[in-house]
Amino acid sequence: MISLQHWHIDKPLLIGLILLSCISLLVLYSASLQAAAIPLGQLARLAIGFGVMLAVAQIRPEHLKRWSPYIFAIGLLLLLVVLAVGADTKGAQRWLNLGLFKFQPSEIMKLGVPMMTAWYLARQNLPPRSLQIGGAILIVLIPSYLIALQPDLGTALLITGSGVFVIFLAGMNWFTVIGLLALAGTAVPLVWTYLMHEYQRQRVLMLFDPTLDPLGAGYHTIQSMIAVGSGGFFGKGWLNGSQARLDFLPESSTDFIFAVFAEEFGLIGIVVLFSLYVFVVLRGLFIAFYAQETYARLLAGSLTLTFFLYFFVNIGMVTGILPVVGVPLPIISYGGSSIVTLMAAFGILMSIHTHRRIAQA
Amino acid sequence: MLNIPIKDYFRETRIFNSRLSFTAVIVLLLCLTLLVRLVHLQVVSHTHYATLSQDNRINPVPIPPVRGMILDTNGVVLAQNYPAFTLEITPDQVDDMGALLGQLGGIIQLNETDLENFRKLLRTRPSFESLPLRTRLSDEEAARIAIQRPHLQGVELHARLQRHYPLGELGIHFVGYVGRINDEEMETINTSAYRGTQHIGKLGVERSYEDVLLGRVGIKSAVINAHGRGIGALEDQRIAPVAGKNIYLNIDAGMQALAENELGERRGAVVAMNPINGAILTFASTPTYDPNPFVNGIDVESYDALLENPDKPLINRALNGQYAPGSTIKPFLGLAALETGVFDTKERINCQGSFTLPGTSHRFRDWKKKGHGRMDLHDAIVQSCDVYFYNLAVGLGIDAMTDFLSRFGLGRKTGIDLLLESSGLVPSPEWKQSQPDGEPWYLGETVVTGIGQGPFLVTPLQLVSAVSVLANEGVRMRPRIVRATEDPITHELRDNVPEAATQIILSNEHNLDLIVQSMADVVHGEGGTGRRIGWDAKYKIAGKTGTAQVISIGQEETYDAETTPERLRDHALFIAFAPVDSPQLAVAVIVENGGGGSVAAAPIARKILDFYLLKRDKQGPARQVRGG
Repeated sequence: MISLQHWHIDKPLLIGLILLSCISLLVLYSASLQAAAIPLGQLARLAIGFGVMLAVAQIRPEHLKRWSPYIFAIGLLLLLVVLAVGADTKGAQRWLNLGLFKFQPSEIMKLGVPMMTAWYLARQNLPPRSLQIGGAILIVLIPSYLIALQPDLGTALLITGSGVFVIFLAGMNWFTVIGLLALAGTAVPLVWTYLMHEYQRQRVLMLFDPTLDPLGAGYHTIQSMIAVGSGGFFGKGWLNGSQARLDFLPESSTDFIFAVFAEEFGLIGIVVLFSLYVFVVLRGLFIAFYAQETYARLLAGSLTLTFFLYFFVNIGMVTGILPVVGVPLPIISYGGSSIVTLMAAFGILMSIHTHRRIAQA
Repeated sequence: MLNIPIKDYFRETRIFNSRLSFTAVIVLLLCLTLLVRLVHLQVVSHTHYATLSQDNRINPVPIPPVRGMILDTNGVVLAQNYPAFTLEITPDQVDDMGALLGQLGGIIQLNETDLENFRKLLRTRPSFESLPLRTRLSDEEAARIAIQRPHLQGVELHARLQRHYPLGELGIHFVGYVGRINDEEMETINTSAYRGTQHIGKLGVERSYEDVLLGRVGIKSAVINAHGRGIGALEDQRIAPVAGKNIYLNIDAGMQALAENELGERRGAVVAMNPINGAILTFASTPTYDPNPFVNGIDVESYDALLENPDKPLINRALNGQYAPGSTIKPFLGLAALETGVFDTKERINCQGSFTLPGTSHRFRDWKKKGHGRMDLHDAIVQSCDVYFYNLAVGLGIDAMTDFLSRFGLGRKTGIDLLLESSGLVPSPEWKQSQPDGEPWYLGETVVTGIGQGPFLVTPLQLVSAVSVLANEGVRMRPRIVRATEDPITHELRDNVPEAATQIILSNEHNLDLIVQSMADVVHGEGGTGRRIGWDAKYKIAGKTGTAQVISIGQEETYDAETTPERLRDHALFIAFAPVDSPQLAVAVIVENGGGGSVAAAPIARKILDFYLLKRDKQGPARQVRGG
């Protein structure tokens, strides 16, 4: 038998991801009212995702490091192209149509921003000095701003997060952390008062108080809380969730898939699901901990924490403690190109863990 | 592998590991928070949510409000709603769209426009949305579809209120129209207010008063059975929609029709306003076009035809048409001269047909080649002597002229209650220097400003607003299209209160009287340029003719209307108010390429004044409304 190590695969991560994929297919089958098309579509995407993961895992981290600035530059260029095309057609534009397939340059940046930030900070002694922190913040904010212009605020915030994780892990001074938090805190009321239009304020208010829009976002939150709450301790059983069946739950295959899961599998199922996610996250942090090189450990840490951020924001949104911002539940939600990006990130983690400088014992 | 720069590797690792441990703790804490929340939902409040889930047979559905009507001042309906059957298809529920469309085509008539619009929606709208294929089905067509419905998966008939403009083209430029909400509007509207509503005001009053007309969306609780099918509605959980307010305009549809008919095939604008309160009674721009096709999306060919029409019907000439004011500017400049006292109006000037600045050779010509002879200010306004006003302009100076004209509201927005008003332009040295080429101001430009030529631009609305200032003792009222809004249930009217925009404080009342007297003599006096409309009038009119050049005439050339191509002929202008003693109506008329103001524009103004001052009271309102 060929060893997994030979193929640069990390067995614990692989097992965790396969189990999550199985759960995804089960829940999607139920959420789509037993229509085969959606789980099959997801299966195809997962297959491509695992293939990409395997391929990325073969690339040595040194190569990834060397490519970081180029990947970032290409991503930035494509973002500008998308904006230019968008400005041309006077509409929101996130996609680049390449004839055969369409793709979102912001997907590249989900990897490009943490890679570039890690590359930039790892060039010098850590912890970073203020000048370097300034440079790193620019690296993070420029693409995030371009993505926010598209406008895709959710993705922009998550990409900002991935870069901020790198800076934090690199050892940014605690005083600076607190100072920047305070700065952001004071900026919010200023932006609110001077930079936002009335309708934009309305929309933000609606995020925090769903009852302002009982037929829109508020309806989502109320219905998803009913689904989760009525699931109880043991759940209603697979294929028995009435909320999703009767079509009360909107976007039950995508952003609100967790509500379907919670209704059918109850708190017990949730504990199992959480354990899987926590296991994957801890494994990722473990890989970061044992990584041998500064760039690799910063990148591994950031990718893992970003994965957790997705998970946290999505569950928070479905359970009504965070505003509805349209973030999918990683791996489980039915979704297009983002699965490929996600799996590529796991490929990077595996690469970091399996290409070790010291010969294997 | 040993090319790693020398680093304090131990310190780096220590920091990184402590940060990583910190985040691991945070991750676990956040997970715990989520779990606490889930325990709260699923264990503590489980009974509550289980009951809700049991009772969850209720699906909230938006009830769109009824859009307010638009009526003229006498209650003639300009925009209304009528129920019509709409044939809609939900693409998600259709297996073979081509086959279905073919099948439907066999039952009712579907033309290429319907199909094209539908395909456009198919490409741009989410597939779970119900998309209209044909609107305004006849009862018979609706019945035929209803019979076939069991065989038509994904097809639905909806009785929806359709916006309709019964008078069609009449007043399109101020009524405007509604159309489907587009992606750009989607970004800026409050989406919760538009649930169930597919239309939004695009132009005119429909757009400017969108908030008033829209109303508030209601919620109906549809009851569904265990299979998710709707079986009725819960009356006690219904939140009734609030209908939009009706809007009464100051516009008199009869006068509007008269103005549009008088302009006829010609391009132009007629604006009539009550100078005392700013009420706009007529706001005509020709050519017009039918707003009805825009409601559900006009087809590309018809729209292109409107766009490419050389007469540019889509342009609102009354609001956005910018023209050189020509000689209509003379009374205002005359008042400026009287008020500032810089230019001696007592002295007569001998007009010999042209004016030359000292030390130059360029001749600024008078429209009357052999000249007007000895002129004072009164005569110069009555006979529209250009040479007098060349002198006056130079005497007054550009800064004083600009300042005074701005006080009449020229070169700036009047503040009418319609969006997208144009501001026109009163040229000044500052303006010229701010232009890209940054050329300095020449004295010659001051000269031509004196007769309202050069880069000077005004809109017909500004002209009527300015002449109203003369009629209203120096007070400029804000022009108002809308007279009042009406609650459709209680019929309670809320007036759009007149408000003064600016006031010109006169140093001497007689100055204004002299200008008004001159304008009255334009129409009624000897040698007046507007005598054609004055001799048989039953009341006294104060007016001023104007002619705006479209092309410039060379030094040795003469302008001949007969030989000049129509599109290059002069624009005809006329401003007036009446009766002179107690002004009730002010009018501005512009006929593009109409030639002289006295021939083309003044007679239209006379008809409008006659209608308002003589016929309206006797015949009762709105007799001449065109049929829709």
